[in-house]
Amino acid sequence: MMVERLTKAAARNIFYGGTIFFFIIFVALVADSFHQARVIEVSNPISHSVAHGKRVWERHACFDCHTLYGEGARFAPEIGRVWLKYGGQTDPAGARDALKAWFQAQPTGVDNRHQMPQFNLSDRDLNDLIDFLRWTSAVDTQNWPPHPAE
Amino acid sequence: MKYQSQQVAKLYFLGALLIFSLQIVFGLAGATLYIAPTSIPVDLLPFSVIRMIHTNALIVWLLMGFFGCTYFLLPEETENELYSPFLAKLQFWVFLIAAVVAVGGYLTGHYDGRSYLEQPMFIKVGIVIVALMFLFNCTMTALRGRKTVITNILLMGLWGIAIFFLFAFYLPANVVIDKMFWWWVVHLWVEGVWELVMAAILAFLLIKLTGIDREIVEKWLYVIIGMALFTGILGTGHHYYWIGTPGYWQWIGSIFGGLEPLPFFLIVLFSFTMVRKGGRDHPNRAALLWSLGCSVMAFLGAGVWGFMHTLSWVNYYTHGTQLTAAHGHLAFYGAYAMINLAMFTYAMPLLLGRPPYSQSLNIWSFWILTSGVIVMTLALTGAGIMQTYLERGLGEEYMDVQQQITAFYWVRLGGGVMVTLGLVLYLFALLVPGRAPATSRLGLSSMS
Ligand code: HEM
Ligand code: HEM
Ligand SMILES: [Fe+2]
Repeated sequence: MMVERLTKAAARNIFYGGTIFFFIIFVALVADSFHQARVIEVSNPISHSVAHGKRVWERHACFDCHTLYGEGARFAPEIGRVWLKYGGQTDPAGARDALKAWFQAQPTGVDNRHQMPQFNLSDRDLNDLIDFLRWTSAVDTQNWPPHPAE
Repeated sequence: MKYQSQQVAKLYFLGALLIFSLQIVFGLAGATLYIAPTSIPVDLLPFSVIRMIHTNALIVWLLMGFFGCTYFLLPEETENELYSPFLAKLQFWVFLIAAVVAVGGYLTGHYDGRSYLEQPMFIKVGIVIVALMFLFNCTMTALRGRKTVITNILLMGLWGIAIFFLFAFYLPANVVIDKMFWWWVVHLWVEGVWELVMAAILAFLLIKLTGIDREIVEKWLYVIIGMALFTGILGTGHHYYWIGTPGYWQWIGSIFGGLEPLPFFLIVLFSFTMVRKGGRDHPNRAALLWSLGCSVMAFLGAGVWGFMHTLSWVNYYTHGTQLTAAHGHLAFYGAYAMINLAMFTYAMPLLLGRPPYSQSLNIWSFWILTSGVIVMTLALTGAGIMQTYLERGLGEEYMDVQQQITAFYWVRLGGGVMVTLGLVLYLFALLVPGRAPATSRLGLSSMS
């Protein structure tokens, strides 16, 4: 048995050395990914409204029902590409109006259908939130999800 | 029980069980909304609030349990009293009050942040203060006492928990970066530093329950936690596949994520080997059952259910489906709920000054609770496979798919009812004094 031949001091030293080794590699890779994520901001800038829209998303815990890039709760649909689903690519003004109308129509009260609350967002919050969703739809997610809504 | 200050652990164990019960109530509510979405008025209590209370209560009771376990085992390991029992009690009340205030806030719409980290800023600061009180107390206790490997690894894990929690304060506007560092809390906790805590507590229990030689346990411990961190640190890559990060993570996440079951397998090997070699027949059989059960269920939940979706080409299809929730339940329960329940089972009779009564009731609760979680896991696995096929494979709409898989959600709720029943039995077994069976009227000293 491998464990029996090893001395305790050797096991301890391998643990410390290996942990430091793998953590350094991890930090280096994360630093590279961090840099590449900043590059996204050149072609897809984070305006004040996008940043504020993200805060609206956080303050209403939208992720506790929806997923964004597959992360969050699983009670409601994926949100990452919703801007494209509403046709934001070809008709941004129409998509914005349609999304606003959607938010304002909640909850539907339809039996047997998951309910989304009415958040009573101000017009500014609504616009910023939609700007945030437009921003997320333009991020390269390595072709995930398999069937993007467009 | 040899040291007076170990008594503070009792407060933590009771607090943890209280919050565990709260977690289960909100779990049942969430599961009900999956079946009858309009049964709870959405303006009164939306699913989002139910879920954040369920998941936050989980984290809080597990941490409270870890604090209690630490206060219980530290005096015995270091062979001296806690540095400050008063500080330990104060820390408990600050933590409990912060938790109550947070839940009250959630129910009235006060939350802010990200999944698992919805606490308003002042609560997050409160958590840091609690952590500092705790780490100061434990580190001072350890410094002036006997140095053991168990103490060392436990404290390393606990310091790690506090350090990675600090990333909860980093909230960049760039979602890709935000998500990258969210996992520094979530993944580097459960597949990193929490494993150190779990391994240390399990090792303590096995020494007490089997009488195995410390020297052997310590070598195993370093191998286990080495394996955990060598695979777990770069294994973070299995969360960096589709969040806007570069493609090389698909290689790194698949390779190192794929190796992550190894430490969990070693833990199973370790615990069964120690029991075989140890040979002491401890009267608290329920505590040994929970300890062995913990190692097996952690391997199933984290190792097997984790491996199921860790490879990038599988994860491409399963990502963000109910399969993730299936794995989340079995892994958290097997690894971290069970290690706590094992320690409570071992320590409570000693803290209450009773022989380990109600053994068979406790053993029943083990089987019912564990079976309940397995039923929930299998139901969610079924739901997840259907969702993967219909939504990711055929491209059907999310809500259309949900309406086709309600049968699985009924079974999940059934599993939840079993879990509730198991918990009630467990509370009874632990807190209500039973009649001592004639064969085990042993003195307390022979049991610790
Ligand atoms: C006790 C240890 C573990 C616990 C408590 C745990 C818990 C969780 C939880 C709660 C999530 C969902 C996070 C979210 O999106 O909100 C998750 C996701 C995940 N876990 Fe684990 N896990 C553990 C170990 C493992 C291991 C060992 C592996 C790999 C072998 C693994 C692979 C994964 C993967 C690939 C995901 C992402 C699922 C997705 O794409 O949706 N986990 N885990
Ligand atoms: C009565 C028993 C339980 C029921 C009915 C229940 C139900 C639920 C529900 C409905 C969700 C939300 C899923 C979603 O986001 O769509 C959830 C999430 C979660 N529950 Fe439970 N739960 C129960 C017990 C437990 C236990 C015992 C644990 C762990 C020890 C646990 C850990 C979790 C975790 C980690 C999540 C987040 C998972 C994720 O995001 O993938 N639950 N639970
Ligand atoms: Fe992970």
